[in-house]
Amino acid sequence: MTSFPLLSVMTFLPLAGALLLFLFVKEGHYRDGGARLSQGIALAVSLLAFVLSCVMLARFDPSYTGFQMMESVVWLPSFGIAYVKGIDGISVWFVMISTILTPLCILSAMHSVKVRVKEFMIALLVLETMMIGTFTALDFFLFYLFFEGVLIPMFLIIGVWGGAKRTYAAYKFFLYTLLGSVLMLVAILVLVRHFGSTSMVLAMVKDSIPKETALWLWLAFFASFAIKTPMWPFHTWLPYAHVEAPTAGSVLLAGVLLKMGCYGFIRISLQILPEASHFFAPMMIGLSLVAIVYASLVALAQTDVKKLIAYSSVAHMGYVTLGLFSFTRQGFDGAMMVILSHTFVAGALFLCVGVIYDRLHTREISRYGGMATTMPKYATVFMVFTLAAIGLPGTSGFVGEFLTMQGAFEANSWYAFVAAFGMILSAAYMLWLYRRLFFGPLSKDDVRAMPDLTKREMLVFAPLLVLVLWMGIYPASFKNVYEPTLDKVLTVVQNKVHEVRL
Amino acid sequence: MISASFLYVVRPELVLALMGLFAFLVAIVGGNRVARSVGFIVLAGFFFATITMFSSSRLEGLLNGVFPMQAFGGLFVDDAFARLSKVIVLVASACSILLSWHYFEKEGSSRSEYPVLVLFATLGMMAMISAGDFLSLYLGLELQSLSLYILAAFKRDDARSSEAGLKYFILGALSSGVLLYGVSLIYGFSGTTNFDVLANLFQSGSTVHPGVVVGLVFVCAAVAFKLSGVPFHMWAPDVYEGAPTPVTAFFASAPKLAALALLVRLLLGPFAGASVYWHQAVLFIAVASMLWGAFAGLVQFNLKRLLAYSAIANVGFLLVGVLAGGIDGVQALFIYFSIYALNILGAFAVVLCLRRKGKEVESLSDLAGLSRTNPLLALGMAVLMFSLAGIPPLAGFFGKYFIFLAAVHHGLVFLAVIGMLSSVVSAYYYLRIVKIMYFDEPLIRIDPMTDWGVRLVLGGAALVMVAFAFMPAPLVDYTLKVAHEFV
Repeated sequence: MTSFPLLSVMTFLPLAGALLLFLFVKEGHYRDGGARLSQGIALAVSLLAFVLSCVMLARFDPSYTGFQMMESVVWLPSFGIAYVKGIDGISVWFVMISTILTPLCILSAMHSVKVRVKEFMIALLVLETMMIGTFTALDFFLFYLFFEGVLIPMFLIIGVWGGAKRTYAAYKFFLYTLLGSVLMLVAILVLVRHFGSTSMVLAMVKDSIPKETALWLWLAFFASFAIKTPMWPFHTWLPYAHVEAPTAGSVLLAGVLLKMGCYGFIRISLQILPEASHFFAPMMIGLSLVAIVYASLVALAQTDVKKLIAYSSVAHMGYVTLGLFSFTRQGFDGAMMVILSHTFVAGALFLCVGVIYDRLHTREISRYGGMATTMPKYATVFMVFTLAAIGLPGTSGFVGEFLTMQGAFEANSWYAFVAAFGMILSAAYMLWLYRRLFFGPLSKDDVRAMPDLTKREMLVFAPLLVLVLWMGIYPASFKNVYEPTLDKVLTVVQNKVHEVRL
Repeated sequence: MISASFLYVVRPELVLALMGLFAFLVAIVGGNRVARSVGFIVLAGFFFATITMFSSSRLEGLLNGVFPMQAFGGLFVDDAFARLSKVIVLVASACSILLSWHYFEKEGSSRSEYPVLVLFATLGMMAMISAGDFLSLYLGLELQSLSLYILAAFKRDDARSSEAGLKYFILGALSSGVLLYGVSLIYGFSGTTNFDVLANLFQSGSTVHPGVVVGLVFVCAAVAFKLSGVPFHMWAPDVYEGAPTPVTAFFASAPKLAALALLVRLLLGPFAGASVYWHQAVLFIAVASMLWGAFAGLVQFNLKRLLAYSAIANVGFLLVGVLAGGIDGVQALFIYFSIYALNILGAFAVVLCLRRKGKEVESLSDLAGLSRTNPLLALGMAVLMFSLAGIPPLAGFFGKYFIFLAAVHHGLVFLAVIGMLSSVVSAYYYLRIVKIMYFDEPLIRIDPMTDWGVRLVLGGAALVMVAFAFMPAPLVDYTLKVAHEFV
């Protein structure tokens, strides 16, 4: 079983599924245009990918801090480009979040996407391939290929199945992200020229980049990851993309695509350009703190549910970068925890919005109210995720934010002081949102008429509920997997920074 | 240099010329009724010309180090660089014949001269590619240009087509004049028109007479005109829009490579030692083309015009490869061009499919909702557009990657940054096409596509764009060998 290329199979399985749909599901042959069949196949394929990722997690050895399950195939030897895949304690979780969220998205889209179902499923499956590919690539060229490839399906998902201003949102998402990415491509080209190969593993070991070059390279990578994450002030595409995308698109955008930026910061900025990262750390922390406070304040002013959650995403991503660039152990741990927690919480919140959007087709907060009485199940589910977003102890949000704050405090107590405002504000906007949606008089007839969660919807939320509570009550089962790797990364980074200082 | 029998060296051209004469004869005897047969003869000519090139390269496996071969006292050079360029030109020309297969019948102006003219234009291009002397260069260039002038005006009853032909002819003649003037200056001040002798002149390190430099600049300007690089691009949008669509597809592919091969052979051959004199000028053309092609394309509403600006932007990217030079630069040029040519031919195949009740439509808004009415056509176009925008994992990204890798490798990082940023700008108009096809509601019903030639080109191009990522090695390795030998 050792030679079985698990990672590649997992990566390309969704693509094969998409191809299957494209070639063999003929719309004309079915009364519903092949919608049910497409949904079934897509769900089966994504579940299979999930099973494979569980096998991967089971076979993963957390105590070994290098890359595991490496696969290497000669691709373009004359350019030092190889098809190299592998995972370590960090990327294993990023792969997991992709494979967990995709089936849930497909499940949720079964009800809410009614036009061009087959194409939607194809887009989701292609997107999954690109996501898993990004997180398992250990070659710059391959990484870029997948990282950028994400844009095509997401552009179509937003643009074809999105809301009223979908065209503007899709353009802004695509061009803004592309702008950052091409700068990253130039940086990759310079790195390749420097190392003579596109191997990431090699780039992590070698350290011979002149300081000035390293600073420029870091900025180029920063352009891409800061836009993707997104960090303030590069976040302006996000509210539009989130709001206009269909539910499944928003979930994957918040759950996985934003994490590609975080992953890039860890994998490339910190691991390959540690000295430059340390040099720019004050700036990163400054931007993160601004993001936390500013985005939270903006979230308070929103009248659109999705926009509010989108801004809360920007604030949460601020915690991630704050933790990472505090260069402390707790900060690193916390950042990783926030990433995982935010994936499930934000994903779930967007799914929650999707539930009421499907019923009433509006995202205006003021159109709802008093739903707690008619939709008790829904209110409960929403409550759990609201509290998790606030960071209540016992939910996943608490662990990450606490550790991040601790790390920030160790670096400088003022950082923690400012970041703490974000926690207060997050409680304010989330609880206020909850009050406006669920309490108050049930005065609107159409809101009163809305049915509670269906079985299918419960099925979508159940795994996320379990994960959020599990992560809050016993975070060790998540932490143990990534901690050794993260510790090693931190040690290496600190050593390199230390060397340069001497 | 080894001199071989000239018959042996010019075999592909000879085969093509004979087939061309035969096709001409058939056309004269049979008239317009035999247009298809003439097309077949021309396609066969392209095929045989390609075959002869490959069969003789097998011979060379026996006699190692045969390249480069010369004929006609150095007027004609045959090397791996020329071989590969010619193969690409032949494939592109064959594609444009396929694209025209039903076109002129539908337009009611089926004429058997068309394939013959394409053939002679191709022959001219092959002569350009293999030129070892300004004299043969000019001969090839004129054979190509004269055929192209007629092709541009091929729809005689159509005012736009006639205008395109006339415009192209006047400006083309002017640029030929500029070229001749440059050549005469170079000859006057150096005493030779032969590339090898010129190369020695520049390498010997003696001071170069300003007259030669002026001549060089004139030659560069004339070639930039043929390439439609900014600021010599004015003709391109009008001619692209006015010329019959299969002709436009031809313009955007094969002649571009011929001019480019010519430029590479000149600038990286005899004038490599004089790069201080031309580097700045080519740099300006490259940057201006990339930026102008990107920004001016934003305001186009005619599909053919839009593709003309896209071609201008792509010329800028190609010139980045020329500026980088070296083995990797030449290799990147080949990779970029082979992918680009197929890409743009595919895009024009889509334009050819756009007919409503038998009449051509070519404005952007006519594509509205194409994904509903013709899903496969829309999908093919979307793939081609994303590839032109250079989005991975499609083939277009590979071309850009290698071009800019070469640029960075040769210290042109700022050029890479400008190129990348301009590609983001141009991504907007490629995306707009996808947006119109996928996001908008259908306005008109496009006729189903029936032409097998167009379908072949479109399907092949789209498939290659997608599948290239899975096996890029053959093209990359082969072009590396060619570039290695050339530099």
